[in-house]
Amino acid sequence: MTASTAPPSAPLLAIRGLSKAFLGVQALDGVDFTLRHGEIHALLGENGAGKSTLIKTLTGVYQRDGGTVALEGREIAPRGVEEAQRLHIGTVYQEVNLLPNLSVAENLFLGRQPMRWGLVDRGAMRRRARAVLQPYGLSIDVTAPLGRFSVATQQIIAIARAVDMSAKVLILDEPTASLDAQEVAVLFKVMRTLRSRGIGIVFVTHFLDQVYEVCDSITVLRNGRLVGERRTAELPRLDLVAMMLGRELEAAAHRIDLGPAEVDSRPPLASFKGFGKARSVEPFDLDIRPGEVVALAGLLGSGRTETVRLVFGMDRADRGEATVDGRTIRLKGPRDAVRLGFGFCPEDRKKEGIVGELSVRENIILALQARQGWLKPIPRRRQEEIADRFIRLLDIRTPDAERPIQLLSGGNQQKALLARWLATEPRLLILDEPTRGIDVGAHAEIIRLIERLCADGMALLVVSSELEEIVAYSRRVVVLRDRRHVAELRGGEVSVERIVAAIASETPHAIASETPATGSGAEVRQ
Amino acid sequence: MTGALQRFLPLIVTTAVLVVGFLLCAAQFPNFASWRVVGNLLTDNAFLGITAVGMTFVILSGGIDLSVGAVIGFTTVLLAVLIEQGGWHPVPAFAVALIAAGGFGAAMGGVIHVFQMPPFIVTLAGMFIARGLGFVLTTDSVPINHPLYGELNDMALRFDFGLKLSLPALLMLGVVLAAVVLAHWTRFGANLYALGGNRQSAELMGVPVARTTVAVYGLSGLLAGLAGIVFSLYTGAGYSLAATGVELDTITAVVIGGTQLTGGYGYVVGTFVGVLIQGLIQTYITFDGTLSSWWTKIAIGVLLFVFILLQKGLLVVWAGRGGEPAEA
Repeated sequence: MTASTAPPSAPLLAIRGLSKAFLGVQALDGVDFTLRHGEIHALLGENGAGKSTLIKTLTGVYQRDGGTVALEGREIAPRGVEEAQRLHIGTVYQEVNLLPNLSVAENLFLGRQPMRWGLVDRGAMRRRARAVLQPYGLSIDVTAPLGRFSVATQQIIAIARAVDMSAKVLILDEPTASLDAQEVAVLFKVMRTLRSRGIGIVFVTHFLDQVYEVCDSITVLRNGRLVGERRTAELPRLDLVAMMLGRELEAAAHRIDLGPAEVDSRPPLASFKGFGKARSVEPFDLDIRPGEVVALAGLLGSGRTETVRLVFGMDRADRGEATVDGRTIRLKGPRDAVRLGFGFCPEDRKKEGIVGELSVRENIILALQARQGWLKPIPRRRQEEIADRFIRLLDIRTPDAERPIQLLSGGNQQKALLARWLATEPRLLILDEPTRGIDVGAHAEIIRLIERLCADGMALLVVSSELEEIVAYSRRVVVLRDRRHVAELRGGEVSVERIVAAIASETPHAIASETPATGSGAEVRQ
Repeated sequence: MTGALQRFLPLIVTTAVLVVGFLLCAAQFPNFASWRVVGNLLTDNAFLGITAVGMTFVILSGGIDLSVGAVIGFTTVLLAVLIEQGGWHPVPAFAVALIAAGGFGAAMGGVIHVFQMPPFIVTLAGMFIARGLGFVLTTDSVPINHPLYGELNDMALRFDFGLKLSLPALLMLGVVLAAVVLAHWTRFGANLYALGGNRQSAELMGVPVARTTVAVYGLSGLLAGLAGIVFSLYTGAGYSLAATGVELDTITAVVIGGTQLTGGYGYVVGTFVGVLIQGLIQTYITFDGTLSSWWTKIAIGVLLFVFILLQKGLLVVWAGRGGEPAEA
């Protein structure tokens, strides 16, 4: 399946048939990966593809269950980060794993400080630190604490450390996630320099533009299996996205007719103009009308979650303005959003949503009580009424309302979380991956619920990776790529193929210039 | 360089407080500004200073050691029992005491690392155990009358200009100097700061976490043992209730000295100055003669509070700058 020419000697790194399971879940299943000398190789995949498991197996954090890993033809099995470093495998993570309280020089030489007469030779350490950083174009005060420098500078220092410890294989795990364009350019220059020195770089990223800018080869994983390895130059974007999402592009999209578009003429409930935040998501325009389901589609890390965090005030936008009912509003935090009648079901319900020890009733009542203020407790009788109503309405499977919510199944927890926000009768409900991690039956129920809610006049903003689902319930889809809103599909335009094409598109689409394919998409933005 | 100024600011402020405090005292009491007062300040606080150095290392590494006061008490009892009841010569008794105290600390470090237990709990347990062991040996205050004690107490380094440095004062100064070298010119020192900065990162960067954790608590125990020897010289007795609450005094000195309780930032010299500030307040109250000695505690409490607020303020200011590059 490899399109590349066979290397004259053994490749730098050859992984064959790598397998790793956790508690019976196969995280990696017979994966092959080949890294050559002087190559930048993108490792791509969506959630649960197995990228981080592959990296952690390489760096000795995990031990593999099966398969072989050979470095320059020699079989290796590192049992720890230190051993991987000794084998010349260096890793730089998105969260810089250096020490902000130590000086730059100490960070570069921790554990291998130059010594003289049994003591650390601080002068020599400073000199060598400057020498190590010089090829990267960094002339900084190496005695200053690392934490005083930008994340980008810290990344480069981390790379310099890894390379100076004689790395042959350099793993960069989402190094660009918190960098701006200029910083990314500097990082890429560094990467190209290292490539010319024969170092092999494994580059994990969610930004397709960056893949095409700097990578020689691409390996795509999905659900712990190898989808394929290609030369970047020989792989069109559309094919890459299809590989990542695992879709047959010609597959027929089934969609439910949601009726005529009369609601579109109504003034928007909430409107965002040039709304954005540096290092989070590019400024975007977004209108949400009552009774409408707006879906946000895109790959992992494309800016979907960042968008809804801005809309709900969890992150503060640093540009643009928001209006609700035509009045300009300020979103300083989720409290403001709740007061405006917004609700938010987060993606990670274990961490951000449910309170496991509390009962189903208490979980359902939480947001309503918070809005009323804790000084005015909702009477117990009323609490029970509300809880029972939603347990019936959403068909939450629990013996009674007093059962601790952690004892319920994932789907029922998700429904209880939904009930929490529905109890506040929100005007705009934000759902981040509402169907993740729940069984197929509950899946369908949640989708039916979404349709019913929107029929009742509630506006919904949904983030989902399930393109078929989006197509089923949404008449307006905003497509994101590389932290930017790149397209807006409306009415009849909404189809899996169009979404995939927009994700793979190379230049950002001007949203308003999208040609409407059918009448329902012909409304003019106001 | 403003960077260096920023880093040393807590240390500079602490030192300024000491100097200003000393000048104020000297202005009020004509006899205050004398070498005799300085010498006594160093001697009286020697055991506290030695203990506080060990505490500084532990706190720098992100931990805490609540057992040091109890270890001092236990050491004095152990020495008294060995010398007076066992008929030992003080020198082997000193060696046994140091080994016992250091081993005790290292054992706590081992428990903290192996079972991933909070240092607060482990060393709290250590505090009770050490206190209890002292009581098991004897509940009485046992005077130590060995002639070597008298000789050691008479030993001093006298300077022509009038300063007299007693053996405890010399020991403390030596410990502080050695600690500065250990903190900034050895790999062990760098590893301590690394551990206190971020344990996980330190581990990923190859810092030997187990070895460093055991060593730092062992060092703290060893220095508490040395402080116990100094304390027994100073008081000429062994008593299991000796040095009660000293762990809190040392933590206070460390914090006033500019070391952050969360670890990773701070200087040994700052701790030394923190000890001297506490001693200065104590000396002032002795000079005054009318104030209750509890005013020492009140003054130190207020000072501690002010310093913590100062550190918090500095952190906020730093967080506002560093990290993210300057943006509009």
